[in-house]
Amino acid sequence: MKVGVLALQGAVAEHMRSLEAVGVEAVAVKRVEQLDELDGLIIPGGESTTIGKLMRKYGFMEAVTSFHQSGKPLFGTCAGLIVLADRIEGQEDAHLQLMDMTVARNAFGRQRESFETKLPVKGIDEPITAVFIRAPLIKSVGSEVEVLSEYNGEIVTARQGTLLACSFHPELTDDVRLHAYFVDMIKQARA
Amino acid sequence: METGTFRVKSGMAEMQKGGVIMDVMNAEQAKIAEAAGATAVMALERVPSDIRAAGGVARMADPTIVEEVMKAVSIPVMAKARIGHIVEAKVLEAMGVDYIDESEVLTPADEIFHISKNEFTVPFVCGAKDLGEALRRIQEGAAMLRTKGEPGTGNIVEAVRHLRLINGQIRKVQNLSKDELYNEAKVLGVPYDLLLGVHETGKLPVVNFAAGGVATPADAALMMELGADGVFVGSGIFKSDNPEKFARAIVEATTHYQDYKLIAEVSKNLGTPMKGIDIAKLNAAERMQDRGI
Repeated sequence: MKVGVLALQGAVAEHMRSLEAVGVEAVAVKRVEQLDELDGLIIPGGESTTIGKLMRKYGFMEAVTSFHQSGKPLFGTCAGLIVLADRIEGQEDAHLQLMDMTVARNAFGRQRESFETKLPVKGIDEPITAVFIRAPLIKSVGSEVEVLSEYNGEIVTARQGTLLACSFHPELTDDVRLHAYFVDMIKQARA
Repeated sequence: METGTFRVKSGMAEMQKGGVIMDVMNAEQAKIAEAAGATAVMALERVPSDIRAAGGVARMADPTIVEEVMKAVSIPVMAKARIGHIVEAKVLEAMGVDYIDESEVLTPADEIFHISKNEFTVPFVCGAKDLGEALRRIQEGAAMLRTKGEPGTGNIVEAVRHLRLINGQIRKVQNLSKDELYNEAKVLGVPYDLLLGVHETGKLPVVNFAAGGVATPADAALMMELGADGVFVGSGIFKSDNPEKFARAIVEATTHYQDYKLIAEVSKNLGTPMKGIDIAKLNAAERMQDRGI
């Protein structure tokens, strides 16, 4: 199984390390042609404005949309979550618009409000260590979206079919259970 | 729930990787930088080349400028404090700046001590020209590093020198035996534990960007080729003829630093980059890289 990490900007190496730790081959994706050989794709944390701009510039909007339409799973973390969302609060345009949710950018405030905490996630036994950095929140979701975790009553992890999104950074810890969860989604999609 | 942990601070720098951080002097420039795809902006009163030209003491920017930039963009905003100037750093933290650069570009406030950065919630980036400086800054609490280069010169040679040196020193440390490591820690003037980490992992424990002399898209790509995690561009952008185009070109060259056709494409008709200075023409007092070692 090969899983890509979109490598236009952001925490690419960390996601690749986490993927390798759960036993799959990780590929840094810089060109759309590379998507053909992949079974799933992670859109990493970084700056969503930068990643979105570079995705548009290099044809990733169309390519990732058809990747999704072919049934292959996508996982967006932090900026990646923003890129997946249908709607971004306070902005007229969004990016991929694949996941039925409204997100708020920098929802906790500035960097000094960034934090880490133990977070229970549905489908994972014990709470995971979640690192929130200038993190977004999911303000509302459509009926097809399953909420997997909340922090202080706000949604921070969600799934819609083959789409997974979280506001925090599972790739910044040694806890790879959310990556394992995503790899299980890919296995189900392939089955 | 815990704020200001080292993981939260260094993680913020991880999110900047592969990106370009641009010096800006007002809201308008900040918006141009954000639209061009900058991952963060550095709010300044004057860019390094103007600091050089103006002479005198360079200090933290007027808070009005920093505030104006913070209001103008949604990407992170960094600002510079003088080396050792605890209060400038506390003021920037109180304002909610996302990252503080304890910077040799400003006139040092303390010729011996750097700020004890572990005591802050806001993360710090510091310059380093060799492995000793890099690890000393990390020991003090820096969560991100950058080469010092020679700011405001538009000349990449010093940034190249510093990154090459750090990389070479890391390779050397990797190959030392345990008993040699104790001596190397003494020679470099760094804590043994941090050096042991470098020996075991073959890399610095935090992100290391290139800075100090990046003037063209090819310069940015060169620093990525040499192993920088991303690029700071100071005077290069807003001292060029067409800042908007220039900023976009540097962003794309940084992402696709090994795609030479693309770099050729984005480098076309950029106009004149900043003029630049021969490093050999600088006298000792003008060399910013020798501040804060």
